[in-house]
Amino acid sequence: MKMRDFGLFALVALLIIGTGFLQSWNSALLILNMGLISAIMALGVNIQWGYAGLFNVGVMGFVALGGLASVLVSMPMTENAWASGGIQIVLGLILGAATVVAAVLVYGRMAAGRPRNLIMLAILIAGFFIFRSVFDAGVEGVEAINPAATGYLGGLNLPILLSWPLGGVLAAGAAWVIGKTALGLRSDYLAIATLGIAEIVIAVMKNEDWLARGVKNVVGLPRPAVVPYEIDLQNSTSFVEAAQGLGMGATTASTLYVKGIYALLFTVVLLILLWLAQTAWNSPWGRMLRAIRDNEVAAEAMGKDVTRRHLQVFILGSAVCGMAGAMMTTLDSQLTPSSYQPLRYTFLIWVMVIVGGSGNNFGAVLGGFLIWFLWVQVEPMGLALMNLITAGMADGYWLKDHLLDSAAHMRLLTMGLVLLLVLRFSPKGLIPER
Amino acid sequence: MDSLNAIVALANFVLVPGIAYGAQLALGALGVTLIYGILRFSNFAHGDTMAFGTMFVILITWGFQSVGISAGPLPTALLALPFGIILTGLVLLGTDRVVYRFYRRTRVKPVVFVMVSLGVMFIMNGLTRFIIGPGDQRFADGERFLISARDFKEMTGLKEGLAIKTTQGITVITAIVVVAILFWFLNRTRTGKSMRAFSDNEDLALLSGINPERVVMYTWLIVAALATIAGTLYGLDKSFKPFTYFQLLLPIFAAAIVGGLGSPLGAIAGGFLIAFAEVTVTYAWKKVATYVLPEALAPDGLAQLLSTDYKFAVSFAILIIVLLFKPTGLFKGKSV
Repeated sequence: MKMRDFGLFALVALLIIGTGFLQSWNSALLILNMGLISAIMALGVNIQWGYAGLFNVGVMGFVALGGLASVLVSMPMTENAWASGGIQIVLGLILGAATVVAAVLVYGRMAAGRPRNLIMLAILIAGFFIFRSVFDAGVEGVEAINPAATGYLGGLNLPILLSWPLGGVLAAGAAWVIGKTALGLRSDYLAIATLGIAEIVIAVMKNEDWLARGVKNVVGLPRPAVVPYEIDLQNSTSFVEAAQGLGMGATTASTLYVKGIYALLFTVVLLILLWLAQTAWNSPWGRMLRAIRDNEVAAEAMGKDVTRRHLQVFILGSAVCGMAGAMMTTLDSQLTPSSYQPLRYTFLIWVMVIVGGSGNNFGAVLGGFLIWFLWVQVEPMGLALMNLITAGMADGYWLKDHLLDSAAHMRLLTMGLVLLLVLRFSPKGLIPER
Repeated sequence: MDSLNAIVALANFVLVPGIAYGAQLALGALGVTLIYGILRFSNFAHGDTMAFGTMFVILITWGFQSVGISAGPLPTALLALPFGIILTGLVLLGTDRVVYRFYRRTRVKPVVFVMVSLGVMFIMNGLTRFIIGPGDQRFADGERFLISARDFKEMTGLKEGLAIKTTQGITVITAIVVVAILFWFLNRTRTGKSMRAFSDNEDLALLSGINPERVVMYTWLIVAALATIAGTLYGLDKSFKPFTYFQLLLPIFAAAIVGGLGSPLGAIAGGFLIAFAEVTVTYAWKKVATYVLPEALAPDGLAQLLSTDYKFAVSFAILIIVLLFKPTGLFKGKSV
């Protein structure tokens, strides 16, 4: 880190603190918390892109998987759900997996030719129908249980903090499947495959009600044990007195306190991940990855297994994204599958990495904070700009209404523009790779 | 009689929509594959180029409608199409000049191109939403059906109807004409030949005096035409919504890769393969099954393999299988 980098971080800190003074401390902490999570996502993408040059267009999918993990870990089990279909669902999934494994085994063991193809096809078709018959009955049973409130399997009723690493594991599993198929081929194929998996993860989360209630959303996820509820704080006399000592109302103080605790938790995770990422970057392994990134042919000639290293780093990066996803769902205490938009969860993260400085972990973190700050603050600015432009027009004039309505779409435009401008004129970003 | 009914039901719900959708995907995949062959990157902005072109067509169609110009029984959009193509062509040439040319000159890695195209995609997406809004737009007019289900039933006396929408007929005819012209262009004209030469071996093509900027310019113009036509046909057949066009990217890429990136013939085959796979897997087979199977075997449920929400999973699964077993695609695309 050079002095200039410290300056940049100080600038971002100043922006957030400025928000606290000018707008409210509540919004400053909101920006800080999402900034921390964004920084972790950016770190994950940087591990893939900066270390190895892998282009992941499905960040959204991995983030959503992390969110799913939060529900699966922390929510209470739905009563009777396991008895009335849950076991059948799991059995169905196992049968489905067994079908695929059997087909893969046949493919590996038998000699190539028509018999092999026919047997594989027969296994897959028969397996599919067995899977559907077992699985569908289970789904029906689970979704029938009080669909207005539950209608899903529920979770394991474990502390939600466990979901953070588990979200990483879930995302890593998906990354393994994708990486196994698409890595080792042209670099574009990984991009296309990740684009696909992200769409499918979201489709599954929207449609499989037994899993996490689909578009009916899961709300009211429990908080981590260390984060108190606002209402408890407001009822505790010692807290109210302390708040009054600082000259704050109990309500404001309690929301700030809760957000502050989250910020501390996220900071700890970010620092640990950053330390791990830096250690990896400076290790022989990191140097090897850069060698592969800069010249695959030469690295391969030196005996490096390019595809395996790519797979490794792709899984690691996706796991970090999944972890950030679980943290985000914990912060929101709800899972809303329809809120996952590629613009927000894939593209924005890419802008963070490119602007911050690809190939530099500190750059990615800085980009995470800075771009998130801009993302939050640009919308009111865009609206203000539109108001200014249309100020001269008569009320009800079609162009004025149209421009005011469209101000929301300015974000797509600005982010695209920012990415293209940075790629063209300053491809190294704010804190370049060293 | 029952088997005839089954065939008609199959044609009505699977064959006709499948052919129309396949033609639309094929046109889209042709654009992707051409860019890949000549400019050597996967253009993520293609779906939004389609949306952009269709937007021009819709705006011009509305203009025509408001002054009373119409194409009789055909949709007015067909009259607006040439103007839409010209405008889209200008936009794409502009993007190439402002964005892509710099990277072509500095010879960056293909993955940077992909990333740049992602940036272009978002700008186009933003502009489309900014100009025409994110909602559904219908712009089809003229005769709705070539044959309506009721007419068909009266004509044949069958229980099942076969409906063919005008837009489906237009889609197929337009696709055939466009593909015929494209192949004639690529195989018979000087420019087309130089494009193929450039795609096969860039260095050799440069040595024999082919002007790369000219080749690139023609590619963008052809891509603009293909994308606008594909987008307009899709919009006429279903409806126009910017987000749907972004989502079309996956089946289009899958079609291009299944056929073999860089191979125009493969793109067409891939388009139809993906379309039919999508339609058959998400179709509820109950109706057909009740005609064909004896009563005892008739299915209780809808006999639908996958719900329509998972249609993207179908293209994705096919994509994965092709990547695993035959990464060059069915028609031996360019490189792995």
